[in-house]
Amino acid sequence: MALFLSPWIIGFSVFILYPMIASLYYSFTNYDLLEDPTWVGWQNYRFMFTKDPQFWIAMRNTLWIIAVGVPLQILTALTLGWLLTRPKRGSRFYRTALFLPTMVPPVAAALGFVFLFNPSTGPINQGLKAMGVHDPPLWFYSPYWSKWGLVFLGLWGVGQTMMIFLAGLLDVPQQLYEAAEIEGAGAWQRFRHVTLPMISPVIFFSVVIGVIAGFQYFTQAYVASFAVSGMPTGSASSNIGGPEESTLFYSLHLYIKGFAHFQMGYASAMAWILFLIIMACTILLIRSSRRWVHYQGGFR
Amino acid sequence: MRKRFALTVAAAFALMAAACTAGGGGNDAPETVDPNAEHDPVTLEMWIPFSAEHEVAGVQATFDAFEAEYPWITMNITTGVEDDAKTLAAIRAGEPPDAVMSWALDDLAAFCDTGAWQDLSPFIQQDGMVVSDFFPPSVERYTGFGGKQCAFPFLTDAVGLYYNKDLLEAKGFTEPPKTYSELTEMAKALTEFNPDGSIKVAGFIPWFGNYYVNGDPLNHSIAWDADWYNDDGTAAMATDPDWAAMFRWQKDLVDWYGVDKLKQFIAGQGDEWGEASQDFQLGRLAMALDGEWRTAFIENGTPDLNYDTAPAPVPDDQADTYGIGRVGGTIIGIPRGSAHEAEAWLLVKFMATNTDSLVAAANAIGNVPTTFDSLESSDLSLPDQFATFLDVFENPGSHYKDMSILGSADQDILTSFAAKWQSGRITDLEAGLAQVAQQIDDQLEQAGG
Repeated sequence: MALFLSPWIIGFSVFILYPMIASLYYSFTNYDLLEDPTWVGWQNYRFMFTKDPQFWIAMRNTLWIIAVGVPLQILTALTLGWLLTRPKRGSRFYRTALFLPTMVPPVAAALGFVFLFNPSTGPINQGLKAMGVHDPPLWFYSPYWSKWGLVFLGLWGVGQTMMIFLAGLLDVPQQLYEAAEIEGAGAWQRFRHVTLPMISPVIFFSVVIGVIAGFQYFTQAYVASFAVSGMPTGSASSNIGGPEESTLFYSLHLYIKGFAHFQMGYASAMAWILFLIIMACTILLIRSSRRWVHYQGGFR
Repeated sequence: MRKRFALTVAAAFALMAAACTAGGGGNDAPETVDPNAEHDPVTLEMWIPFSAEHEVAGVQATFDAFEAEYPWITMNITTGVEDDAKTLAAIRAGEPPDAVMSWALDDLAAFCDTGAWQDLSPFIQQDGMVVSDFFPPSVERYTGFGGKQCAFPFLTDAVGLYYNKDLLEAKGFTEPPKTYSELTEMAKALTEFNPDGSIKVAGFIPWFGNYYVNGDPLNHSIAWDADWYNDDGTAAMATDPDWAAMFRWQKDLVDWYGVDKLKQFIAGQGDEWGEASQDFQLGRLAMALDGEWRTAFIENGTPDLNYDTAPAPVPDDQADTYGIGRVGGTIIGIPRGSAHEAEAWLLVKFMATNTDSLVAAANAIGNVPTTFDSLESSDLSLPDQFATFLDVFENPGSHYKDMSILGSADQDILTSFAAKWQSGRITDLEAGLAQVAQQIDDQLEQAGG
């Protein structure tokens, strides 16, 4: 038995278990990648909570993108999925068209949005001005709008979640709607009491995945903030997460600490805090799901 | 069976742990090599950050000359290694290249402090070399730390003021600004606005975080002679009044333009690294701080631009320092664990001091050559405007910021503050600077510095 499992055991041990144990150890050390780690006990954790203002800024930004981005993505995906159940003709075309943005690599998508939302030359603001908006947002150049730019980028690439919702919606037994209709239920009541419960496992899945992805949000913010900084690749890390730290998310801060400032012990501590937060959120969501997620046949 | 499996796993972890902590140690006495003796062939490996074709060609000419000088040595070059983390990983793994080159000056203190880059002093003493005979004083501040000389320069950058002669003449200016008051006055006079109030041509952009050089607080801090650290090693932002003066000047000019107008203008700026798309080259900027490399961009991309260069302005009360500027560029050294230390030293010394090679590389890459002899060489074939940068580099007052084991973290903290200050989110300058200093001190304490 162990022989057959050995490829997995070796892979798991080398690529997951050992790095996790090593990073847990490093989180209690001062480790700059240049010298052997030295044990500092809880110092990294104490510093994180008491002396690193960027940690709290990054945490606040991350919670914002989760609190705003995840519900909006689910709502958009659900709406688009529902709309895709409507057309009698051309549904394949619409599905493909709406799914296509998902195929665009995140780096290219982020750069594209920076261009589209450029307050000086981008077509979005040109259009807004043409429509009479005198003072359109500065988007990625404004600390008040930069996160919204990223939210719109996320909504543009919502195709994958949309397809899962579409599958969930198409999976709702038709006879349930017919029964509800016979009972006199209107459209809203059918949606509220038939559709929502039946697709609640899909919503649950999307929330869990969305929250985890939100805590690990990195690529789009990295690319967008670097692009608007106008700095060359490899220049100072202060250009990441701007403007004014408005897109400094937890993973970006962790990356800067580990790979730009070479504070790998501190970055490891941050990684473990992130791991614990994600695990706590996931457990909370799973526990809460007993009250609002309904599985066909009653299985959980 | 279960016990044996557990032991095997434990042994595997122990081996991995050992592998991951390898690479320490270095010899106190340097290896020596007699260039005139018979030698077995040696292949010397070096990682360099250059990747553009003309840059690699410029450096390759140096390696060719080195191989001709030391025929038993063959160079094996890996280009495009911009990220020092890769080199550090190789050093940690005990398999570094024999010699390294880096653009990350800010990391040098950590390299030096930890021995990741070897102290070259034993080699220097062994060869009876007097470093100050070769390089201007500014080199000392960015190639060593804590009494160790861990690197030599291989070409460098210098920052000065570029100005558009046509735009200045159109407004009646015949000379570039020499002080910040003159800079402010000329910036306002040279700025043109569109009918909708947006900026058409900017006299000078004071915004931190636009172009690489022009938008970096570091350059202004050099001009204002603002110390980064006190003598006791603590951060000096709250104790050196030059910082507050610098930020006040900057905010006043920012407010004259208007924050949103500046952001709008910067958003429309052309690509700084395109041959003919940078705003100064396009005539949208009348004056800008920039590095010596811009002369090559202008020559290749916008050769008709009527421009000149001058040292960066200095504060009015420090007018006698006019001529200084930020300097610092490519550094080379020998990593801990180098397999051919003696040959690596020959290479580092050759690259840093061989006049013909330095001049050829400077001509090819468009950077400032770094030795006294190469600075005076008649073979330098660079544009006339380049002379400013040679002078700035040679000026004894030119320097880079104080090195710190924090690497770029101190600059990141300051830049983060600067961004909030200029936009008006921080209004109490002194309190803000005190927080910056406290944050840097906390980081130093955390890093054990």
